[in-house]
Order: sequence, then structure tokens, then C-alpha cells
Amino acid sequence: MSAVPLPRRLRDPAISDPEMLPLFAARYVDEQAAPTPSAASTKTSPAVAFWWLGLVAALAWFGLGAVTREWPNKILGFSDWAYTDQFGTAAYAVGALVFALVILGRNAGRIGRLVRPAGAWLLALALLFATWEVATAKLAWLPTPFFAPPQNLIEIYIEDWRRLGDSAWHSVCLLATGVAFGAVAGFATGVAIGWSRVAGYWIHPVLRFLGPVPASALLPLAFFVFPSSHAAAVFVISLATFFPVTVLSWSGVAGVNKQYYDVARTLGASEWFLVTRVAIPAALPQVFVGLFMGLGAAFSVLVTAEMMGVKSGLGWYLTWAQGWASYANMYAALLVMAVVCSSIVTLLFAVRDRVLSWQKGTVKW
Amino acid sequence: MVSAVLDPPAPLVKARGARIDAQGVSHWFDVSGSALPVLDNVDLHLRPGEFVALLGPSGCGKSTLLRLVAGLEPASAGSLTHDGRPITRPDPSRIVVFQDPTLFPWRTVRDNVALGLQARGVLSTQAARVDEALALVGLTEFANAHPHQLSGGMAQRVALARALVNDPSLLVLDEPLGKLDSLTRMTMQGELVALWQRAGFSALLVTHDVEEALFMAQRVIVLSNRPARILAEFDNDLPYPRHRGHPRLAELRHEALRLLGLDASW
Repeated sequence: MSAVPLPRRLRDPAISDPEMLPLFAARYVDEQAAPTPSAASTKTSPAVAFWWLGLVAALAWFGLGAVTREWPNKILGFSDWAYTDQFGTAAYAVGALVFALVILGRNAGRIGRLVRPAGAWLLALALLFATWEVATAKLAWLPTPFFAPPQNLIEIYIEDWRRLGDSAWHSVCLLATGVAFGAVAGFATGVAIGWSRVAGYWIHPVLRFLGPVPASALLPLAFFVFPSSHAAAVFVISLATFFPVTVLSWSGVAGVNKQYYDVARTLGASEWFLVTRVAIPAALPQVFVGLFMGLGAAFSVLVTAEMMGVKSGLGWYLTWAQGWASYANMYAALLVMAVVCSSIVTLLFAVRDRVLSWQKGTVKW
Repeated sequence: MVSAVLDPPAPLVKARGARIDAQGVSHWFDVSGSALPVLDNVDLHLRPGEFVALLGPSGCGKSTLLRLVAGLEPASAGSLTHDGRPITRPDPSRIVVFQDPTLFPWRTVRDNVALGLQARGVLSTQAARVDEALALVGLTEFANAHPHQLSGGMAQRVALARALVNDPSLLVLDEPLGKLDSLTRMTMQGELVALWQRAGFSALLVTHDVEEALFMAQRVIVLSNRPARILAEFDNDLPYPRHRGHPRLAELRHEALRLLGLDASW
């Protein structure tokens, strides 16, 4: 119960304001606000029986297939793009699947119900791929070494999957180690500052002075202080996670309704009980906000560390690809990175929803 | 609602009520360097099993007196004892029910009620008491609900069950019905009295509702504006169950309002 108020910067409304939270949080709110099954079924059942949007999307994917396969690539002095036909065939296949769902209508079952709301996205994706394909392979508006057509990414995934997979695995391991250390240390520190006046007195100024320093700024120092670049990266990643987790655990514990403590104390609770059964559960929603922000910081430091010294991982792959001027590999790695990072955040939200299931119907972010 | 209280499965509490003696208690808060007096030389004596109401204007310091009796804060001056032993810290034999139910939102109703037993490490041996307490307040079906699913009256009943499960010898009620609608409030006034009669604990009720104090308590102590002094105290010897329309209650009410300087409107 720190008497020291949070510095204004740390009390920024962005932390609690749902409008300000990034994409994933917004998406979560949408899910929560989704109509109940009964409402959904009355909406989709008899009135809009035919899926017109699906039909248009299917036609768009057929169009993408036709453009890819029938319109010859513009060849600029070197060999043709591999996997052009395969990409076209894949587009046809997607179109055929969507078309099948259109024909099946309400008989499409679970898959139909899942895909149907995504109709506009299916159409948009087809148009996006078509634009990309035309601008690169067909007309070569976007110059070749720097831009690659979609089929080139297929080629890279097929030929370089081993190295990419290995890089992704190393990144995930490094991230997990760093985030685990940072989250545990941050949580413990935050609870300690929030609870104990002495801890607050000593740690608060240090945190306030060193906390805002971007963790990546410490990378060069860490690389020569630590015995290995891996250890240095773990340290800096955990530092990046540590700061937001500490601050939000602290503000969570400091913000606990004081009456909770009064109630527990009159019921005979010990100090330990007050911390573990009152302060921590009450602070957990804030702790999860801290973990979410900490993960964001950790992603950024992870990639920087891998670019600067760690000899593996997706960040290393990016610099390696750039060194060979194989920009297509870079796009491929970026795509993998997007999938990995968004999966990790989704996982965090899944854990949060489970742990904080009691919040359902009360708080949303 | 009432029936749930009137035909419970088994009596929960057998404890004898606590004797509370507050002698010459004064208290002041430190407000930016200067002392703000809230209690001025208050004497308060509760006989075992007695139901006493503290009546006073809002902000007069009655809740502070309760906090001192509960042991949540030490008094600035004077002595407070519980069965002759000085009150130095909170104790599960003196349970407070606050104006807000203050249920822990992350716990189910059952786990909220179990809080005191868990805090003292006796939950594993006395788990059955939790269900008894829930039955006593008529919320057995809501054992697995979370607090946000309850109405205000139900939440306050859970808070009551959470207090009763500990077998208190003193129940301290800090305007426990203050935020309920008037119908629920009347129902729960009757329920609280019934619980008190069956369980035999001493009860100390703080309220600013004259009728509530007179309807429920055996003795009403009227406090002044801050710093609170005892203006008067009168016994209400009407037998239970009481009837709100009883002429004696109207008389007492007039007297109490006069002491609070509000009899012009009567």
C-alpha cells in the first residue's frame, strides 16, 4: 500500500482506456460484443438464404487464378518466377471451396457458419493478392530485387522452410526465457512496492529513473558484460518485460479497494493471506495489462538483439536475407514473425480469459 | 426471503454474546498537521447478547467508533475492552458488516462466505458451516454464482453469511442496509433481528435511520454532530417481533428526532 502516487506518465489513461489499446484488445472487445447464438441464427436463417457476397468472393478468387495462370509473367532478364502455376491453382482451389459453401448454403454446417461472416475479407484478400500479383509478376511495376510476387514467397517457404522454422523456434525459445524471467521478477517487484513502504522507498526512485530507458539501448553493454550473446539477450528481453509488468502490478496492488483489507482483517487474515488472497487476485487484471505491454516491448528487443549479436532467430534471418539482397526471404520471415507474435498475444488473451473468468460481464479491455 | 430465515436447517451459532466496554474514548484524525476531533469522551457498554443502535447524523463519527470497537484502528484516548480484554487488533470474534457488501469479485459466493474459515486455516475441517451459513440467509442456490450476478440485497446477505460463518460474539453493523431499496431494507431488518435472536451474539448497529434503529435495537444511543458525544440513550423494551405501526415506536421516534433537532418536521 504505497503512499507514493504513480508518476503521471504511468497513470496515462492509455493503460486503462479501451479505445487506446491496440488491435488485439479491440478485437477481443468485438468478440465479447458478438450477438448471442439465438440472435445470430434468427439473423442468418431464412431471410438471407443466398450468400451473394460469397459468390462474388468465389468469382474473385477464380479471377485471381485466371490472372496468375493465363497472363504471362513479365520476364526481366533472368529466369521466370517458379510456382506461378501452383499459385494460380491454389487460388482456383480457394475459389472452388468458397463456391461450394455458397452452393451448400445452410447445409454447409459449422464450417459454413464460421466462414460466412468473413465473406468481405475473402473478397478483399482476393483483390489484394491480384493487385500484388499484377504489380509484381505481370507488369513489374514494383522493381524485382526489392519486391517479390506471392509465388516467390511460396518458393521460399518450400525451399527454405528448415532455416525459417529453425529461426522461428530459436526466437520463441529466447523470447520465452526472457519474458518468463522478466514477468516473474516484475510481478514480484510490483507487488513488493505496492505492499511494502520500505520496498517502495528504495525501488521506486530506481524504477522511475532507469525504467523508461529503452531496453535495446542496453544491448551493446549487455553483449560485452554477459558471457554469451544469448545470455545478454535474455537479460535485455527480461528487462523490457520487467518494466511494464512491475509498474502495472504495482498500480494494481496499490489500487486495491482498502475495504477488502478491512474485511479480510476482521475475519482473521494474516499479512500473508492479505497479500496472496486479497492484493494479488485483486491486482491480476492490471498485471495482465502489464504482461500485454511487456510482451510488445519484448518482441521489439528480441528482434533488435537478434539483428545485433545473437546468431539465430528471425531477427538474424532478416539481416542475413538483407545481406544477400534476397528481399523475398525477408518478406517471408516478416510473415512468419507476424504469425508467431500474434499467436503469442492470442495465447496470452486465452490465459487471461481463463484466469479472469470472474470478470465476465464486469470489465472489458 | 423471510421464510428462508425462519425455517433454517440447523442452528449455526451457539456463542454467547460479547461484553463490550468503551470508557472515555476520544479519537482524532490527523488532517494535514492539525488534529480533527471525531469522538469526544464516549462511553459505550454492551451487555452480552444485547442489540444496541448508534444513531447520529451523517459524518458524525459513528463509523469511526465502530472501527475502534472492531480493532481496525487504535483509539487516540480511552480504553476499549471485549469481555474485559483490551481490543488491540481485529479479531474474528468481532465481525464487521460494512455498508458496501465488499464481496471479493473474483470469488464465488461460497468462497466469499468461506473467507474467514480459510483465513484462519480451519476451512478443511469446518467446510459444512459454509453451506449452513448460506442456507441461513437463503442463498443456497447461488453458492456458485459470482458477486456481479447478485442484486444489492443478495450481496448484502452474502456479506452477512460471511460474517455469521465465523460464529462471532459481536456483530458490528455499519449501516449495512444503507444502500438497499426500502422494501428489501424492511425485509432484511426483520431477518437481521431474527438472526440475532437465534444466534445470541451482541449486535452494534450504526445507522442514520431513526425508524431502523428503533425497530431493531433494544437500546438506542443518540450521538451529536462531530465530534460525536452521547446526547441521550433510551431503552426500547418492546418485545420482538415488533410492529412498525406500534404507538410506542412513534413516541420514541419523536423523542429521537427532537434530540437530533429535527422535530419541527414531525
